[in-house]
Amino acid sequence: MSHPSDATALKTILIASAMLASLAAGAQTKSTADGIAEYRKMLEDGNPAELFEAKGEALWKQRRGPKNASLEQCDLGKGPGVVKGAWVEMPRHFADTGRVQDLESRLLTCMETLQGFNAAEIAKTPFGRGEQSNVTALATWIAGSSRGMKFNLPQGHAEERRSYELGKRAFFFRGGPMDFSCATCHSEEGKRIRLQDLPVLTKNPGDGLGFAAWPAYRVSNGEMWSMQLRLNDCFRQQRFPFPGFASEATIALGSYMGVNAKGAVSIAPAIKR
Amino acid sequence: MNKTLATLALLGAAAIVAGCATAPAPAVLDQQALAMMKASFRDQGIATVERLNQDLAQQACSAEKAPSEAVTKQVEAESLASIKWPSGGQYLGDWRAGERLAQSGVGMAWNNPSAEPAGNGGQCYNCHEINRAEVSFGTIGPSLWNYGKLRGVKNVTDPAAAAVVQYTWGKLWNSKAYSACSNMPRFGHMKLLNEQQIRDLMALLLDPASPVNR
Repeated sequence: MSHPSDATALKTILIASAMLASLAAGAQTKSTADGIAEYRKMLEDGNPAELFEAKGEALWKQRRGPKNASLEQCDLGKGPGVVKGAWVEMPRHFADTGRVQDLESRLLTCMETLQGFNAAEIAKTPFGRGEQSNVTALATWIAGSSRGMKFNLPQGHAEERRSYELGKRAFFFRGGPMDFSCATCHSEEGKRIRLQDLPVLTKNPGDGLGFAAWPAYRVSNGEMWSMQLRLNDCFRQQRFPFPGFASEATIALGSYMGVNAKGAVSIAPAIKR
Repeated sequence: MNKTLATLALLGAAAIVAGCATAPAPAVLDQQALAMMKASFRDQGIATVERLNQDLAQQACSAEKAPSEAVTKQVEAESLASIKWPSGGQYLGDWRAGERLAQSGVGMAWNNPSAEPAGNGGQCYNCHEINRAEVSFGTIGPSLWNYGKLRGVKNVTDPAAAAVVQYTWGKLWNSKAYSACSNMPRFGHMKLLNEQQIRDLMALLLDPASPVNR
C-alpha cells in the first residue's frame, strides 16, 4: 500500500531523475534553461498550492479567535471584504494603521482587530507553525485571487513613495560576512546561481517572474512559501541576521520590488523546484 | 554679498524647505534606511545584528551608483594592504580538497552551528564555471575553466608565474583589493576560509595537474 505522500515523493523523484537524465543527455542539443522549463511544465500538472488556497479561503470565512469573528470585513486596500485584485496592489498605505503594509502584515492587523488574536505573538511564531501557517494559507488564497492580474501598486501617498525609496536602499545594502546585498544576485540580466535563473528585480522582470511568482509551493522541501518566507530565506543566504516577520525592511523591499514589477502578470501561487 | 547672490541663496533655502514638505531629501532617506535596517533584524544563532555594521567597502558599494574615484581607490588600497600572504611562501595545496571546497555552499548562515572556517565551503560553483565536468554552475562570476592554462602557468614556482599566483591569492583573500565593489566575498579577510583552504582553492585553479587546466 502506498501512502499518498509517498506517491507524491515518488513522483517528485521520478520527475527530478527525468530532468537530470534529460539535462545530461541533451546537453548539446538543449540548454539548461529549456530542461528546467520542461521540468516546471511537468510539475504544473498538480500544484499542491491548491490545497493551501482551499485552506486559506475556509479560514477567511470561518469565525475564529477570541472574538469569534471571520475575516470577511478585513480591508486589504480595496474596501472591506474585497479580495480580488488586492494582492497586485500591495504593499500600500492604510489610513487606519497609518502604515504601509504588505499582505501578511495587513492580515496580522485584521486578525488582531477583527478576531482578537495577538499580532505580535503571531509575528514571533516560526513559519509553518500555529497561526503562522494559517497566515501563509490566507496569503496563498488571497494572492491566488489575483491570478492573471497585473501588478499596479499605488504610489499616490507620500508614505508609499517613501517606502519605495527605503526599499531601494535596503535592496542595495551590502553587509554580513560575505558582503552580499539583494543587488548582488538580482540586478544583472541572464545570471544564475548553479542552475537557478535569477530574476532582475530592479525593473519589471517579466510576467510570473520574481515578485510575480510568489507565494509558491516548493517541491524540494514540500513547503508553501509566502513572500515573507521568500525574503527571509534570501536574507539567510545573504548571511544576514534574522529579518523580523512583517518588519519595515521586508515591507519596504516589497514596495520596491512590487512597484518595479508594474505591469507584470501574477501567476501566484506558483510551483517551484 | 551682492544682491543677486543673496536672492539666489534665499531661493535655494526656499527650495530646500519646499522639498522637505513634499518628500524627504535623499540624505534623510539614507539615514532612515539605516535606522530601518537596524530595527528590522535580530540575532539568530551565529548571525548577529553586528553583521549590519558596514565597513568602508560595504558602505561605499551600497547604492545603484558606483562610489567616487577617490573612494574606489581608498577601498582598493586598504584592501590590498589587508592581504595576508601565505606563511612560508607556500601558495598551493591539494586541488582535490579545493574541488570539494568549491562544491560546498555551506557556512556562515544562521542555521550553521559554527562560524569556524574549517566548517565552511568556498561556494565557488554557485557563481563560477570551474571544472567543466560540473555542469551545475552559476554565472555571476566569470568562467574559471582553464584558469592557470590560459594564463600560461606551467610551473607555479617559476618566477614568470609569480604575478598570476600572487594576484590569485590576493583575489581570494580580499577581492576588493582589485575591484572595490566586486561581488565576490573576501574569503581570507572576513575569515570565511583559512589559509590552508585558500591554498587548496589555489591548487584547483593553478596546479597544472588540476582537471581545471586540462
